[in-house]
Amino acid sequence: MLKIENLSAEIDGKQILKGLSLEVAAGEIHAIMGPNGAGKSTLSNVLGGKPGYEVTGGSVQFMGQDLLDLEPHERAAAGLFLGFQYPVEIPGVSNVQFLREALNAQRKVRGEEALSGGEFLKLAKEQAGLLKMDMEMLKRQVNVGFSGGEKKRAEMVQMGILDPKFAVLDETDSGLDIDALRIVGEGINSIMRSADKGVLLITHYQRLLDVVKPDKVSVLADGRIVQTGGPELAMRLENEGYDLVMADA
Amino acid sequence: MPTTKDEAWRYADADFLANANLDALSHWRTLEVPAGETRSEFMYKDSGLESAGATDRLRVHVRKGGRFEGFYIIAGGRYQRVEVEVTLEEGAHFEFGGVTIGGGDKVQEFVTRTIHAEPNATSNQVVRAVQWGRSTGNFLGRIEVVKDAQKTDAGQNFRAILLEKGASANTKPELEIFADDVLCAHGAAIGQLDEAAAYYMAARGIPPQIARKLQVQAFIGDAFVAIEDEATRDRMMEQALEQLNEAVL
Ligand SMILES: Nc1ncnc2c1ncn2[C@@H]1O[C@H](COP(=O)(O)OP(=O)(O)OP(=O)(O)O)[C@@H](O)[C@H]1O
Ligand SMILES: [Mg+2]
Repeated sequence: MLKIENLSAEIDGKQILKGLSLEVAAGEIHAIMGPNGAGKSTLSNVLGGKPGYEVTGGSVQFMGQDLLDLEPHERAAAGLFLGFQYPVEIPGVSNVQFLREALNAQRKVRGEEALSGGEFLKLAKEQAGLLKMDMEMLKRQVNVGFSGGEKKRAEMVQMGILDPKFAVLDETDSGLDIDALRIVGEGINSIMRSADKGVLLITHYQRLLDVVKPDKVSVLADGRIVQTGGPELAMRLENEGYDLVMADA
Repeated sequence: MPTTKDEAWRYADADFLANANLDALSHWRTLEVPAGETRSEFMYKDSGLESAGATDRLRVHVRKGGRFEGFYIIAGGRYQRVEVEVTLEEGAHFEFGGVTIGGGDKVQEFVTRTIHAEPNATSNQVVRAVQWGRSTGNFLGRIEVVKDAQKTDAGQNFRAILLEKGASANTKPELEIFADDVLCAHGAAIGQLDEAAAYYMAARGIPPQIARKLQVQAFIGDAFVAIEDEATRDRMMEQALEQLNEAVL
């Protein structure tokens, strides 16, 4: 579903991704772990097409398309969802308006009818309920005044409403309290666990992986994937740390 | 004939002034607001492409406890000016909301003179400028507080967004205060659209044009929040945002 080959990318002249290869098949949840500064968020930004990054080599195929050829909004319409490590505040724009514009823009590209205000609110209510988020929160401005954990939870509500084919979730678990972590983890399962969907789950902690059980775990270090294994790899990392596990590899 | 050496015309279009008709330029509309009553004005100013320029000057006298509120969109040019001079008696209020929005070579400006002539009067002015091309948006706001006009509360806020490099904005607060128990708040900022927010919207599938419209809508909304009637507020917002369709960015 997502095939990254030999991807190299730089920002401000500094090379961060150094020939990274990774494949995620449909139906798979693939966890990425790795030390701070390894390039995990960079990978997510490059996949999303964030301005400022220059791809200097390699390719990314997404559901049969050249992902890097698409504009950021076209990638979203093609079914890619990015969960941000630091969700952005948009003063003056409500979540409801933001998400309705987003969903209808995506539907338009796919040749589907726009949802009416009423239809959209019904959908939003369902998805907010799934993540135990109050509808009142969705009427507020996008992420403005949300706590760190609320922002992450709101991102998952967004994912539920947009119903993507593939999600790249960058530290969606950071900043969540214990109950929220479970709710968000279960949200990821119910929205994305499906034979025709895939997830790249960037995380530092086993806690989230106890809820969202990954099919594969990879270690990203110094701009490359240096090791891939099953769920047991995450356990070993948690117990032994990156240095030991990577020295073994 | 005024020139750009005159304080109130410092940012005006020099070509326009050189060729303007003095009679038209010296014309003031006048309005008197009876004690305790409210008068409102909502205007959309588009002088048309052919016009060399247009000025609209209004002189208002607000009797005790009265309220004058004026809300304006300047979409026109080459040169378009809206000037409001308001004298406030005891306990009167002046509410002003203005938006300049345009591209090309347009010079669009608001000039206000607020005279707090008696104690306990209040005024609040919010101006938002959205410029592209080589256009300019200006706000010259002069506030005069006479001796003995104690408990005056006067607020002014100007913010500009420049969508392109060649666009510009100017503001200059002028305070002339002869009372000592006075609150005068002034704020001004000139900037660009928030790129992080634009990318966040793109990552959810919103194309750049709609993203820009949402951001501008949030930005200019401040100038019209004080409009009580929702339908009027919506109409003003729509009229202003329509201008963006002309922007080729
Ligand atoms: N604009 C920039 N110029 C130069 N270096 C940058 C720039 N932005 C990021 N970097 C560097 O890129 C490297 C990778 O950053 P990235 O955010 O991808 O790490 P990460 O793996 O997500 O780390 P974390 O676990 O802390 O979130 C870091 O060393 C960072 O300092
Ligand atoms: Mg990161």
